[in-house]
Amino acid sequence: MTLNELLENFAFFEDWEEKYQYVIDLGRRLEPLDARYKTDEWLVKGCQSQVWLVPHYQENHFHFCGDSDAILVKGIIAIVLLIYNDKTPQEIKTVDITEIFAKIGLEENLTPSRRNGMMSMVEKIRQYADGAMEKKE
Amino acid sequence: MYDVYKIRKDFPIFSHKIDNRPIVYLDTAASAQKPTAVLQQMRRIYEQAYANPHRGSYTLSEQITAAYENARKTVQEFINAESAKEIIFTRNATESINLIAATWGAENLKQGDEILISQAEHHANLVPWQNLCRKTGAKLIIFAITDQGEFIKEDFAQKLSARTKLVAVTAMSNVLGSVFPLKEIIRASRQTGAKVLIDACQFIVHRRVDVQDLDCDFLAFSGHKTYGPTGIGVLYGKADLLRSMPPYQFGGDMIDQVTYEKTTYADIPARFEAGTPAAVQAIGMAEGLKYMQDIGYPDIIAHEEQISAYATDRLQEVPNLKIIGNPDKLSGVFCFAINGIHPQDIAFILNKENVCIRTGHHCAQPLVNRLGYTSLARVSFGLYTTKEDIDSLVSALLKAEKFFKE
Repeated sequence: MTLNELLENFAFFEDWEEKYQYVIDLGRRLEPLDARYKTDEWLVKGCQSQVWLVPHYQENHFHFCGDSDAILVKGIIAIVLLIYNDKTPQEIKTVDITEIFAKIGLEENLTPSRRNGMMSMVEKIRQYADGAMEKKE
Repeated sequence: MYDVYKIRKDFPIFSHKIDNRPIVYLDTAASAQKPTAVLQQMRRIYEQAYANPHRGSYTLSEQITAAYENARKTVQEFINAESAKEIIFTRNATESINLIAATWGAENLKQGDEILISQAEHHANLVPWQNLCRKTGAKLIIFAITDQGEFIKEDFAQKLSARTKLVAVTAMSNVLGSVFPLKEIIRASRQTGAKVLIDACQFIVHRRVDVQDLDCDFLAFSGHKTYGPTGIGVLYGKADLLRSMPPYQFGGDMIDQVTYEKTTYADIPARFEAGTPAAVQAIGMAEGLKYMQDIGYPDIIAHEEQISAYATDRLQEVPNLKIIGNPDKLSGVFCFAINGIHPQDIAFILNKENVCIRTGHHCAQPLVNRLGYTSLARVSFGLYTTKEDIDSLVSALLKAEKFFKE
């Protein structure tokens, strides 16, 4: 699925129930994370639920895998990874995630008080991108 | 028993709406809502009687000083302390406990000594002791509780020894709502010579505290849970013990004589209240306690029992819901889990329905893990909680159950 397709899908929903049912579906369809990665090493700090994020970096492109024990968070992870996956570090740095989430209508997940780990995960992805760019210089 | 619908009129927040719907507040254990009496009193002080207490030689300053010292007196009477000097105002209960660790603890603990706490402690009654042990070489010993949060006499007795210098326990678990037999713990600790600190943060909201009857050495609680403002807490300590302790912080208000070379310190309680105190908050806190006093614990308890019984009954309608703690004896604070749904997911749906509960580790991570969870959902009642609140909770939970069903 492309980001545009995702935006189109979300445009159909009329209430939060439908919207979040779709988020749950996205979570259920998320590429599974190998159990061996579900350790403290890959845990994203600052989340109320357990969130794991694992980067794979190859030929200047990032591919992230993630998971959470909370199903809504898992759906949000699916969206975040759809946005960031298979991009170069430079591309990752230019993504305006706030704008995209506002377009989708899920901006409430970005407020610091929600603390569902969404922003911590985005921070982590940006750090990985920074790290890859520094190594190259 | 009182009319809860009348009581609710005393709390402005319940006439406030979010998304045009009323607020169902079931998180009093985290912080209580405030009655108009508290808000009005604080406003009155700021508008009519405000200055820096203990300093000015003019009427305004005298007025606020009197109100601040009256607040101390109100706290003294509320917990039946022998003297108002035994009441130290702090920022919150966490600071009260840290004060003991930093002063009495640092002065009296050494290698080979032990501090005994329970498995059910809030981080505020655990982390300060860990840190103190790291600094002094003393050892932190943990006594066990049952899966339902109850005291295990044998384990406590086995771990209490002549090496135990301090027993620091919660009077009511902020996760399970279970209550420890305080008198039994204190009596046993007296026999081995240990001092006893009680974390009464949750307990005092639901049950009467009498420090003389308990015979505890220290007791801590916070203003914001007893229907008062944030930024104010209480440390009770026996006068002799407090007088034997070095100051906590240094500066204005806590001194007797100061020269460039040397300073002598003021008597208690001023010795432990360096700097300008949170006087308006203390006065607000006293007003919250008076509000509770006017209702009285017998009625507070009777109301809570009624709501608990109703909740116990109604929660059975939610499939796969498990009460964590003692399901037959629900208190004003309890946790639950719904098999297959993460508490954070539950809280999301509840929030959409304006039902406020707390999820997570409740600042008692070791306890939540000890019970076999990483996160739990917690419900807690206040004196304004209604059966309708429970109805809203149950229908929101049923909605969540349906929502997350595959």
